[in-house]
Amino acid sequence: MIPPTFDYLVPATLPEAIALLHEHGDEAKVLAGGHSLIPAMRLRFAEPSHLIDISHIPGLDYIREEGGFLKIGTMAREVVLEDLPWISERYPLLVDTTKMIADPQVRNLATVGGNLAHGDPANDHPATMLAYRAEIEIIGASGARTVPIDEFFTDFFTTALEHGEILSEIRIPIPPVLSGGCYLKVERKVGDYAAAAVAVQLSLAADGSIEQAGIGLTNVAALPTRAVNAEKALRGQQPSDALFAHVGELAADASSPADDLRGSAEYKLTLIRELTQRALRRSVERAQGRS
Amino acid sequence: MIMCKTSKEIGGMGHSLKRKEDARFIRGLGKYTDDVQLPGMLYMDIARSPFAYAKIKSIDKSVAMEIPGVLAVITGEDLKQYNLHWMPTLMSDTQMVLPTDTVMYQAQEVAAVIATDRYIAADAVQALENSIEYDSMKPIIDPHKALDADAPLLRPDKDGKTDNHIWHWQTGDEEATEKAFSEAEVVVKEQVYIPRIHVASIETCGCVASYEKAEGKLTVWMTTQAPHAIRTVIALVAGHVGLSEERIRIISPDIGGGFGGKVPVYPGYVIAIAASFLIGKPVKWIEDRSENLQADSFARDYHMTVELASTKEGKMTGLRIKTLADHGYTDAAANPSKFPSGLFSIVTGSYDIPTAFTEMDAVYTNKPPGGVAYRCSFRVTEAVHAIERITDVLAQKLGRDPADLRFQNFIQKDQFPYRSALGWEYDSGDYAPALRMAMDMVGYEELRKEQAEKRARGELMGIGISSFTEIVGAGPSKDFDILGIKMFDSAEVRIHPTGKAIARFGTKSQGQGHETTYAQILAEELGIPAMHIQIEEGDTDTAPYGLGTYASRSTPTAGAAAAKAAHKIRDKARKIAAYLLEVSEEDLEWEPGKFFVKGAPERSKTIQDIAFAAYTNHPQGMEAGLEATHYYDPPNLTFPFGSYICVMDIDPKTAEMKIRRFVAIDDCGNIINPMIVTGQIHGGLAMGIAPAMYEELIYDDDGNILNGTFMDYLLPTSVETPNWETGHTITPSPHHPLGAKGVAESPTVGAPPAVANAVVDALSHLGVTHVDIPVTPFKVWQILKEKGVIS
Ligand SMILES: Cc1cc2nc3c(=O)[nH]c(=O)nc-3n(C[C@H](O)[C@H](O)[C@H](O)COP(=O)(O)OP(=O)(O)OC[C@H]3O[C@@H](n4cnc5c(N)ncnc54)[C@H](O)[C@@H]3O)c2cc1C
Repeated sequence: MIPPTFDYLVPATLPEAIALLHEHGDEAKVLAGGHSLIPAMRLRFAEPSHLIDISHIPGLDYIREEGGFLKIGTMAREVVLEDLPWISERYPLLVDTTKMIADPQVRNLATVGGNLAHGDPANDHPATMLAYRAEIEIIGASGARTVPIDEFFTDFFTTALEHGEILSEIRIPIPPVLSGGCYLKVERKVGDYAAAAVAVQLSLAADGSIEQAGIGLTNVAALPTRAVNAEKALRGQQPSDALFAHVGELAADASSPADDLRGSAEYKLTLIRELTQRALRRSVERAQGRS
Repeated sequence: MIMCKTSKEIGGMGHSLKRKEDARFIRGLGKYTDDVQLPGMLYMDIARSPFAYAKIKSIDKSVAMEIPGVLAVITGEDLKQYNLHWMPTLMSDTQMVLPTDTVMYQAQEVAAVIATDRYIAADAVQALENSIEYDSMKPIIDPHKALDADAPLLRPDKDGKTDNHIWHWQTGDEEATEKAFSEAEVVVKEQVYIPRIHVASIETCGCVASYEKAEGKLTVWMTTQAPHAIRTVIALVAGHVGLSEERIRIISPDIGGGFGGKVPVYPGYVIAIAASFLIGKPVKWIEDRSENLQADSFARDYHMTVELASTKEGKMTGLRIKTLADHGYTDAAANPSKFPSGLFSIVTGSYDIPTAFTEMDAVYTNKPPGGVAYRCSFRVTEAVHAIERITDVLAQKLGRDPADLRFQNFIQKDQFPYRSALGWEYDSGDYAPALRMAMDMVGYEELRKEQAEKRARGELMGIGISSFTEIVGAGPSKDFDILGIKMFDSAEVRIHPTGKAIARFGTKSQGQGHETTYAQILAEELGIPAMHIQIEEGDTDTAPYGLGTYASRSTPTAGAAAAKAAHKIRDKARKIAAYLLEVSEEDLEWEPGKFFVKGAPERSKTIQDIAFAAYTNHPQGMEAGLEATHYYDPPNLTFPFGSYICVMDIDPKTAEMKIRRFVAIDDCGNIINPMIVTGQIHGGLAMGIAPAMYEELIYDDDGNILNGTFMDYLLPTSVETPNWETGHTITPSPHHPLGAKGVAESPTVGAPPAVANAVVDALSHLGVTHVDIPVTPFKVWQILKEKGVIS
């Protein structure tokens, strides 16, 4: 649990950080909150030659609504999301998710950007961002580009980030009125990654039917998973227990979990079925302003 | 109610004094072994085996020696030159310090690196680990297969060993028990497994060994619960290289949790000491978390077959238990010598069971050694789990309420001192009031009604009871020793001229609060304010000899020694007071803090006056000074007890479990510091639900540990722990000078069966009679699935 030698660099600006990444090549890594990277280094799973700490760059930790999006700067720490009343009110799915991540000590340092950039299907924000249909802004030597969340996770622990690029912002479309969301996670204890978890974000039409729905699943496949058929089955339908039970089945169909210490694949499918139904019920209640 | 004999200023027994040691602990100013920094200190790190069972083909030291800053690589062959490659265990088995040819478990020490820097040492270990070549062999992981005809012989080094059997141990009357079972109207039987768990103290193990060549003196700062015993062990095993006991000093500084895991001698200590001895410089070795979790002593790992016989009416008539104990590759448990399976024979528990018989067989496997008493007095957790689980199984079979069945079978108040079927003499107890108090606090009858209603609606809820009896305070010298050293403990008390005091003990606190409670005992007996009594432990050059702190033994032994030493001081103080007041000793009466003349209370001398006189104006012919030492040999153990009730809700769809209520009534005799006792109980309860719901060291068939970090070795946090509702009854120990019993471990032994019983109770209507701990949601889900509750 002692990492090998590395150099530690503290750029003052994003362009400087990007230049350092280019200068030091493949073996250099961005350091944000450090709560995924440093454990990996202590176990010598990751042995970067250089750590480029972006946490001292000013202006990367904003959270604001602007141009139709909730914009989250990559260095926004989980603890900040937990504590903003307007976020709790308008983005309950996001706050649910944050509160289920690790424990307060980790959340004091861990960042939303790092949670996504790590590309870990066991992390909680990926499913939530899938449900929100978020966009990711990436900055590289040649400027900024925007990647829809569906194209961001490309493989196990791999994202659309190229070497020399930095994830700069997460953009969540501001939900219309009559929207609600919910994150439900089964974990073995606080601080554990999900045995299975479900993120739901939906909006209702004036007649009470479901107009839009996003469903993301955590830790049930090699990549964060969108339950595409489950989402489709909801669209235009009136909420009902029967509908939700059916959608729960479809969410389970979208999952391909593995047996591990958290339980068997079959157990996790049961969890997805049940959590999906519960998250849908709660999301609808929230959209209707009932909770 | 707790009555105080002393004023708040004196702060004797019964006062909730704030812990004196917390002034440094809560400021982060504790001084732990890893805080020791010495000039020229070197760092040691250890290369470990990736295999559970393998022959070492080659170790290429050069890959590590090439790294700048690496001074030495030490292998088993190197230690063999000094005959230090094996060492004795506390149970008279032998354990490798470093292997010369075969590794016996994954993460076993294979070679050590000494370097000028901790990080360089780690780099060198990585290089070394990558270069060591092994021939791996099929290990024995399942203890049930250890005695198979085709099982490899794991310990060919042991003369005459032809199989992997370590020992057979039995107690009780086999024939009478056989008869009780053959005549029994009702018999229940269950296979009960108590898994392998780890003490997981926050501070890992380590030491700083410093051998000063000029003086020939070895000083070792060490994470040990038993510094004096360690000194003697080192003198005995390293005498041949010139270390004699007066030149060995063991200092046990602040300890970040011990729980039994810091009783054994680990190879790392011995290698660091050898390295310092050979190099002549201080060597620091501190394990990291994974090393601690994967290689240091485990606890439990008992496979028990438990049988209970009774009449149709529920009167228990016999208990029979057969156990297979997985000891890993050597018996390195930490039990008193005559008790290879510890005090497991407390297993008849709180019940008046006329006959009982237990037998166990210990076997070798390719796992780390241990079998330490993790926060339980030597295998008492296993015993309590067995009896409390099987009692519920019997209640279920008879269709009886489990509380009711307990009341029926409790040893009655007038039966104490009570001789159990397995030979213990319980000092005192009064079990029914504790259970009744717990039932009243939790609202037992209401809960049973609620449960019935919920069951009708398909909801799952369970109520689990555990009415345990502990056995602590080892122990009387006729039966209790470790490596021949009797299990007394000691106190040395000195009163200064201004009436303040210092007292030193053979025990060693690891969080128990000795600096406060011992001071309170002395305050109680001498009337000197506890604030002004300094307590020291852990330095073998200054403290009197003692066997250390574990198994809730400190208050029963060293606490009693403090009281006895104080009595000696009071005897002398009485003489001085008589001299000062010019009366005879018989004319004096004591109240905390002063002697006064009978019938003339205004004529008095305070303990402070007397202390001053002891140095300035002592009677002719009397020795000056005011001090005393006592080595206390307890006449018996003490038998704390309690009744716990756990209320568990289970989500019938996801099988998630939540402890809704947990009521704990404890009886530890007279209470020294109520706040500390409650704190110990809170901590112990958290440690009790941990193995019940979360903890287990898991190995695959090849002996790979699957959860060797805290990511997967699950410890509950404040989020998982419920709001503990605690209460007390007080039944003093008749033989302890203060009427006190041990307490810290009661909750750890009492809580697991309360949790397990609650879960089984929630599922009992489905025909479930037993679930092994840890009871996880996944396990419960499997049961619900099997029983068709979940499709
Ligand atoms: C005990 C513990 C429990 C945890 N439990 C959970 C949990 O339940 N759920 C959960 O979701 N997470 C959990 N985590 C992970 C935690 O939330 C992580 O810290 C987070 O996922 C990563 O954020 P970070 O800021 O710490 O990133 P870092 O560890 O600093 O970085 C992670 C990776 O992302 C890269 N990176 C970071 N920021 C950027 C960027 N802006 N641009 C490009 N690359 C970047 C780094 O180079 C690195 O490869 C846990 C962590 C711990 C230690």
